Amino acid sequence: MSDESNEVPATGSPEHYAIGIAFGNSYSSIAHISGEGKVEVIANEEGDRQIPSVLSYIEGEEYHGTQAKAQLVRNSKNTVAYFRDFIGKDYKSIDPTPCHASAHPIEVDGQICFSIRDTDSETENKVSVQEITARHLRRLKNSASDFVGKPVTAAVVAIPTDTSDEQKAALTKAAASIELEILQFMPEPIAALLAYDSRVPDSGADKNVLVADFGGHRSDVAVIASRGGMYSILATAHDYELGGAQLDQILIDHFAKEFEKKNKTDPRKNERSLAKLRLEAEAVKKALSQSTSATFSVESLADGVDFRSTINRSRYEILALKTFGRFTRLVEEVIKKADLDVLDIDEIILSGGASHTPKIAKNIEAIFPESTRVLAPATVTTALSPSELSARGAALQASLIQEFDKEDIDQSTHEMVTVTPHLTAAVGYQVSDQPADSFKVLIPAETALPARRSKVIDGLEGDVLIRICEGEREIKVTQSETMPKTNGTKDGDEDAEDDDDSDVDEDDEPEEIREKIWKPKQALAEFVFKGLPKKSKVEIMVNVDADSSVSFTARHVGGKGGVRGEIKAAEVAQNGSA
Amino acid sequence: MAQVETIPPPSADWKGDSDATPNFRALGKLSPPVMRKIEPFGAQFLAYARRKRHGRTFSEDDRIQALSKVKKSEDEDDGEISEPEDPMMLARDAKDWKGQDHYAVLGLSKYRYKATEEQIKRAYRKKVLKHHPDKKAAAGQDDENDSFFKCIQRANEILMDPVKRRQFDSVDEAADVPPPSKKEMQKPSAFYKKWNAVFESEARFSKRTPVPKLGDENSTKEEVEQFYDFWYNFDSWRTFEYLDEDVPDDNEGRDHKRHIEKKNANARRKRKSEDIARLRKLVDDCLSYDERIKKFRQQANADKNKRRLEKEAAAKREAEEKAKAQEEAERKKKEDEEKAKAEKEQSKKAKEAAKNAVKKNKRVVKGSVKDVNYFAEGGDASPRQIDDVLNDVDKLLGSVDADQLADLVSKLNVAGKDAGKVKEVFSEATGGLVGAGKLKESDLKILK
Repeated sequence: MSDESNEVPATGSPEHYAIGIAFGNSYSSIAHISGEGKVEVIANEEGDRQIPSVLSYIEGEEYHGTQAKAQLVRNSKNTVAYFRDFIGKDYKSIDPTPCHASAHPIEVDGQICFSIRDTDSETENKVSVQEITARHLRRLKNSASDFVGKPVTAAVVAIPTDTSDEQKAALTKAAASIELEILQFMPEPIAALLAYDSRVPDSGADKNVLVADFGGHRSDVAVIASRGGMYSILATAHDYELGGAQLDQILIDHFAKEFEKKNKTDPRKNERSLAKLRLEAEAVKKALSQSTSATFSVESLADGVDFRSTINRSRYEILALKTFGRFTRLVEEVIKKADLDVLDIDEIILSGGASHTPKIAKNIEAIFPESTRVLAPATVTTALSPSELSARGAALQASLIQEFDKEDIDQSTHEMVTVTPHLTAAVGYQVSDQPADSFKVLIPAETALPARRSKVIDGLEGDVLIRICEGEREIKVTQSETMPKTNGTKDGDEDAEDDDDSDVDEDDEPEEIREKIWKPKQALAEFVFKGLPKKSKVEIMVNVDADSSVSFTARHVGGKGGVRGEIKAAEVAQNGSA
Repeated sequence: MAQVETIPPPSADWKGDSDATPNFRALGKLSPPVMRKIEPFGAQFLAYARRKRHGRTFSEDDRIQALSKVKKSEDEDDGEISEPEDPMMLARDAKDWKGQDHYAVLGLSKYRYKATEEQIKRAYRKKVLKHHPDKKAAAGQDDENDSFFKCIQRANEILMDPVKRRQFDSVDEAADVPPPSKKEMQKPSAFYKKWNAVFESEARFSKRTPVPKLGDENSTKEEVEQFYDFWYNFDSWRTFEYLDEDVPDDNEGRDHKRHIEKKNANARRKRKSEDIARLRKLVDDCLSYDERIKKFRQQANADKNKRRLEKEAAAKREAEEKAKAQEEAERKKKEDEEKAKAEKEQSKKAKEAAKNAVKKNKRVVKGSVKDVNYFAEGGDASPRQIDDVLNDVDKLLGSVDADQLADLVSKLNVAGKDAGKVKEVFSEATGGLVGAGKLKESDLKILK
């Protein structure tokens, strides 16, 4: 590993100032690297760090963010919301469901447009989604420029992993129209991972990370192999019908029924009442993530009747049990897709607004072994705010690359560079006088080549044989009568209706104990050290090249001389270059 | 599962692959890798991309990165101060410190007032290392002459004290740049170059910063005006304490001391006003040679002239247009008159022609009755017959108009000298006229 400067350059060249932008369907956020080299999420003029991706027009005046979102009640026809996923798509392939309560997307000359009154005149204008995006980005850019005190000219934008090239091109074009250069697009899970990795100085540890992004209207999860600070996405899964809005809907239904019981009218039948319900439900949901009970109150909800009620967290969790289960299932699905086991996941990062919900984090924690860290506010007190992760990661990346030319960046991100062979099996070692099936991992599977790892083995004595071999992971399942503490996997199906506080699971069936076991498979090489003194240390270093040739070095720490060896590249046909 | 089977230690006959590697044995190959895309983000990826694009291995890249870092720290030590030392300077007497060039002593004569404190510190350190009396003793130069070392100390003392340094800088003539002579300014580019150097050196006395630059021939009027404004209102910190005569101690007499102090104060004041006058003259000189001032004046004049000329031209044009319009009107009037006259003449002529034609026709009519012998049958007509016929003809002609007359004449011409036909024509004509009520049948006698 090279000593690549880990310190983040505090300020870029004056003519080029780059920020990170997380552009979501529901909320956007912007971040930059402050003078002290720390990531700072920028608050807009209204003091919001989560800026609703909403634009509203009243008599030619443009409102943005929270102010615009409030207009969903009174001025929904001239309010544009949830448009991010429409960019760069054709009308046939979009799902306009989230826009029911705001301006509806229409098709004009094959382009997606919104018909809104965005000028003083009474007539409606057809504004393309591209133009709306440009206006939204301009507001974000201006907020950032005001905050930073110098013009922002470039940005790294975090986007979902399934964003197509057309969508990226459309975004680039929209940004270019407001003189904002998009240096790079960054997948949201990578941004979240980078945001966490940048907190620890030595983030080069090998680990499998699952990033779950539970957003407002969609959820995306990804399994990432993080090897020495380099990231490869192993699998992704998406659910376009799952997100915070579904949780809001549960609260809307709950309170609407309560109102109907008292007042004999269904507030969901009236568009304006529904909009009020929706705004308040979102606020209540957020409050329930922080405290154990919250008040739901809407003035003049329907027929001029005020409504006020309270809900506590456990009631909410019972109501939303099924929906919470869908989040957990999505996580399980992606692990299966990546051909892994829950035991293989070392870290889980919960990102997106819905990840504030404590129950979701707890549910996910329950299906993983104790050794897996779940990074969410409900499980780890030092966790970063899930809503800010994408913007933070994008800002970090922006500060890393802002001094490079665009051409340089494009060359470095070219497939010639990014597509590389990855190890299929883990490489590890065995030492004599240890059990024959013992195996210690040196380089885990899915590590990008070339790779280099070293390890010091201590406690050696006399004549020692060190064998380097490939290994494979097996999941060993044993049935046990006694109850294990927590690291049993709960059966994945969420049929158990009564699971509210998850105190005790009175399961009759014996609990399974699942363990991860490494088995040596193919031996690669052997070293011999003769006559080592007591408590000797041997350092071994394995260097796997891109062409699958392996070189080994082993040296007795404190002793003289060492052993070198090499395995030439395998002549396997599919081992050709990219 | 709990087999106690362990990996045996190397057996006695364990042998390496070859003699070169007696302790190593290759056993197998790596499983074929799978191609995946790594995500181009994070610091480690940058390092990876650098290695891949330059085709470096881990250790090569480590070495190159390390090298590039080492070089950086070395660069900072650069910028040494080394100037040849003048043997005359080395032999200076330390007591005459007022006369010495402190910058030259420290080897900073090319920096002078621009030298930073850091530079002075380092230069002093270097000089001390070289000229310390102990060093000389060690080198065998045992002349116990440490006067230059004292010069160095004095120079450092003055230059490291901001107040004293200013006093010295005030009288540091070596930093002055003399104004260029006329000859030197012959080329226009030389003017800016030479005077810029002069003002740059003068600018060191300015209390106000930044000092405006002289600029070049492309400077705008505002810039040039600002420049001269600044220099005519120059606020200088230059003082002349450094040139003071030494004030004697009290014991030589208070009066004498006061006298010297007064003298010093006067001398300072005098020098200061001289300096102000000198600078004023300098700026005057520069202004007088400045081509740009002339250019701006010419431009202003040209502008004024241009405006005046434009005005005059406009007035002239207007007058011309007026005259032209008048002329046109006159010409038109004249034409109209001529036309009217011509038309009048034309109509007069036509009338006369018509009159002549009528006369001629009348003659023809009269002649026609004469030709047919006044309708007399055989022999000469009786006078009475002639008289009656002529009377009738006269009456006919008196009541007939020009067209009818022409018609009559043409018919008579056809009739020729046949009396019957002529009579018929006449009676036809008279009949027409009687029918129209212009002639009474009773008036006619023969031509009925």
